[in-house]
Amino acid sequence: MEKQRLVRELVAIVGSKWVISNPEDLLVFEYDGSVSRGLPDVVALPSTVDEVSKIMRLAHQEGIPVVPRGSGTGLSGGSVPESGGIVLAFTRMNHILEIDPVNRLAVVEPGVVNIDLTSATSKYSLHYVPDPSSQRACTIGGNVAENAGGPHCLAYGVTTNHVLGTEVVLANGDVVWLGGKTCKPGYDLTGIIVGSEGTLGVVTKIIVRLMPDPESIETLLAIFKEMDKAASAVSAIIARGIIPAALEMMDRLTIQAVEPAIHAGYPAEAGAVLLIEVEGLKEEVAEQANDIEGICSAEGAMEVRRAKNALEKERLWAGRKNAIGAIGRLSPNYYLLDGVVPRTKLVEVMRKMADTGQRFGFQICNVFHAGDGNIHPNILFNTQVHGETQRVLQAGAEILKACVDAGGTITGEHGVGLEKREYMPWIFSDEDLEAMVRLRVAFTHGAPLNPGKIFPPRKARNE
Amino acid sequence: MAEVTKSRALLSEGLQTQGESGLYRCVNCGFCLNQCPTYIELGLETESPRGRLSLMKAMSEGRLELTKGVIGHLGLCLQCRACEAVCPSGVPFGRLMETARAGIVQHQPGSLGTRLVRSIVFQGLLPHPRRLALLATLLRFYQRSGLGWAMERTQVLRLLSPRLARMNEILPPLPGKPFSTDSRIVPSLGNKAQRKVAFFSGCVMSMIYAEVNEATLRVLSKNGCEVVVPREQVCCGALHVHSGERDIAKNMARRNIDAFMGAEIDTVVVNSAGCGALLKEYGVLLEDDPLYAHKARHFAGMVKDVTELLTPLPLEPGLGEIKKRVTYQDPCHLAHAQRISQEPRQILKSIPGIELVEMEDASLCCGAAGIYSITQSELSTRLLERKVRNIAATGVEVVVAPNPGCMLQLRLGLKRAGLNVRVAHLVELLDEAYARSTPTYPLKI
Ligand SMILES: Cc1cc2nc3c(=O)[nH]c(=O)nc-3n(C[C@H](O)[C@H](O)[C@H](O)COP(=O)(O)OP(=O)(O)OC[C@H]3O[C@@H](n4cnc5c(N)ncnc54)[C@H](O)[C@@H]3O)c2cc1C
Repeated sequence: MEKQRLVRELVAIVGSKWVISNPEDLLVFEYDGSVSRGLPDVVALPSTVDEVSKIMRLAHQEGIPVVPRGSGTGLSGGSVPESGGIVLAFTRMNHILEIDPVNRLAVVEPGVVNIDLTSATSKYSLHYVPDPSSQRACTIGGNVAENAGGPHCLAYGVTTNHVLGTEVVLANGDVVWLGGKTCKPGYDLTGIIVGSEGTLGVVTKIIVRLMPDPESIETLLAIFKEMDKAASAVSAIIARGIIPAALEMMDRLTIQAVEPAIHAGYPAEAGAVLLIEVEGLKEEVAEQANDIEGICSAEGAMEVRRAKNALEKERLWAGRKNAIGAIGRLSPNYYLLDGVVPRTKLVEVMRKMADTGQRFGFQICNVFHAGDGNIHPNILFNTQVHGETQRVLQAGAEILKACVDAGGTITGEHGVGLEKREYMPWIFSDEDLEAMVRLRVAFTHGAPLNPGKIFPPRKARNE
Repeated sequence: MAEVTKSRALLSEGLQTQGESGLYRCVNCGFCLNQCPTYIELGLETESPRGRLSLMKAMSEGRLELTKGVIGHLGLCLQCRACEAVCPSGVPFGRLMETARAGIVQHQPGSLGTRLVRSIVFQGLLPHPRRLALLATLLRFYQRSGLGWAMERTQVLRLLSPRLARMNEILPPLPGKPFSTDSRIVPSLGNKAQRKVAFFSGCVMSMIYAEVNEATLRVLSKNGCEVVVPREQVCCGALHVHSGERDIAKNMARRNIDAFMGAEIDTVVVNSAGCGALLKEYGVLLEDDPLYAHKARHFAGMVKDVTELLTPLPLEPGLGEIKKRVTYQDPCHLAHAQRISQEPRQILKSIPGIELVEMEDASLCCGAAGIYSITQSELSTRLLERKVRNIAATGVEVVVAPNPGCMLQLRLGLKRAGLNVRVAHLVELLDEAYARSTPTYPLKI
């Protein structure tokens, strides 16, 4: 379909104000939070399920790629329109439709910003658990698509554990409900939609579970001279049978980036810090906090501090939640990885990583969800230096390979997207991938819904 | 055409010098999106800080021309710097936007009419305190004659020029006499150890809210400050910088530095948030001026907002009771540019009787943003209406906003909505509280 006609048709569906087609305006839809780039042909911002359905039907008839987009904070190129087409941006569908404090659930549109949901439910002393560091910016729709995690997912599980049902517009425009407020018999299709990176359908409503706010919270900062010691403290805490609500690690370079920016109170001389939170009933929390303090000291912590009040707690967390952005101060670009390793292999993989960094001549910062072995090595580089992007991708691949070799995997929470699709065969056999592609075809009948994502291009061609 | 290319080159050069340390610090994390008033209101990436930075990047890389559309997107920015305050990567957004605006002014000077108005306001008027005072007198005459009222009632002005009509509507009754910078020295009347400070009066504050300046002098004096009011001071240049007139602003900065460096002081006190933000950045503004760079940095280091100066000292006792429910609007250039938001609230809470009720989104821009309310009146009005709704929801009697631009805007919004809420500067309340309990509190100094 020629572009002008496509624009006209989209304008007829959502109105001229909500169709973007000027080349200069499209430029701001070519990126997400990753290093991938790709220009859309047109952007549409629907406001209702009906509009979404009409757009999908139109795209389906004409074979035009559709790429759903939340806030574009994704870190694997998920909302980057590699092969052009229509970007479907959910910014306007940002209403909280229902909060049911008795049954502890909420129904939201996909464009609701993560933190806004928790702000809205706080008056009932309820909150939405998955709290990605990007929670002030990212949308619930994007979280569902990426099966996002966050510091507080260690004890309570990631997005998929908190989504009860979704309304989905399929590639042909059909609107279906998968899951619901109560348990449904049959296939767990909600579970398939969560983490599908916008390749199976477009999510237009989400029923989420809400959790009661804990009675008591303790936030601790354990300061270590070396990363190795911090890592063994992590293993020791879990081995003791304590599952903290959050267990986060930051290394020396990250601390150096964060402190001047956020003034979180992380000591400059530390080689690593652990940010640990326990929550629950008062007595239980006090006991766990004491245990953790003891374990950290035994594992060689220089100091263990506790937040004395809400303000101190907030400050400690501000450091963690702004860490990745703050790393932007150290260098013009970064390549943020999202590997997973068994906790017991943390130290080994960190050593290999340091070695890779040295060989390639890159500095690497480390921020991660230590509790579940989800590591975020962050390689500093500069796209303006010729050939550096290529080399950084190579270094990244090497580190992810080390994770896989140690029995881990290539993504914990940021998704495969464009960036890691070539690494899928490291984990899955041809047959495995084939099964996934068949599932996708069952949903899309081969329509180009968020094409190019997840699967190595070779595989995707078999659709 | 050659002209166009040259100006574009200038623009991208300006952006490139900010490049490594500025533009390319942005890593697209999107943390700024939901802090940006225009993104919140319009929901479009093009009207977001991240979007605007990408447009700047594309221009600096030569991928994008400075088209009308781009100018529109950059022009819609309020320069409230809410994005800068939350940016973990430390992108100096305010400075980048000022650089871009300066490039735009050179590239697209606008119609003859616009150019004329700009040159009258930015060159002919603002840098000249005496002309400003004369204008204030004329405007006051216009108001007292009943002409202003008639204009508003009959809508004549609206037909002639919507912008003029808006200005007419914004203007509150002007004071009998504008505040004058007359080299006077106000002695310290407090019990505390004396300190010598100089007062920066601000042109809008002096013209429209002379009484706020007088109140500031009284409160400072009561709190142990000997205050000088240097005569040779001029407009700070903030409106110029935000509109891309950097060179004029630099001249004004030099004049102010000369005016204040003469006095033997360790602090320059200012009660307009917008002025304070720029005064603190004089060091950056003049960094390339070999004669002034050092002096400018020194000057900038002495600048303090009046709330900042008053907070570390416990306030001089003698504050009478003001039984009022009050809410606080964060002026952008205080909260975001100067990162001062706790201090004014602490002061408010220290006045007996005042109940501080927080409104929703207190730190979101009210849409005043210098001359934005006149140049981008539609969006400005939307932001104002949102703000007025939030104020109304608190049920307060007073809204405090220590900056003249915000005060004008809020007054306009509340008037339109028919709400009986007083708009006040923080020092006005302090001044009244002192006057209530201290018979000797000087009413005139
Ligand atoms: C500084 C920083 C910190 C981060 N920290 C974390 C973290 O702690 N944990 C974590 O998990 N992630 C984190 N992320 C990554 C990112 O924020 C998440 O992946 C988030 O879920 C993306 O949401 P979004 O709204 O920005 O979606 P986008 O980036 O716009 O899109 C992400 C994917 O979702 C799809 N999508 C969006 N909306 C829909 C919809 N309605 N229906 C179907 N598909 C849709 C898109 O097609 C795309 O594939 C971080 C990112 C940054 C920049």
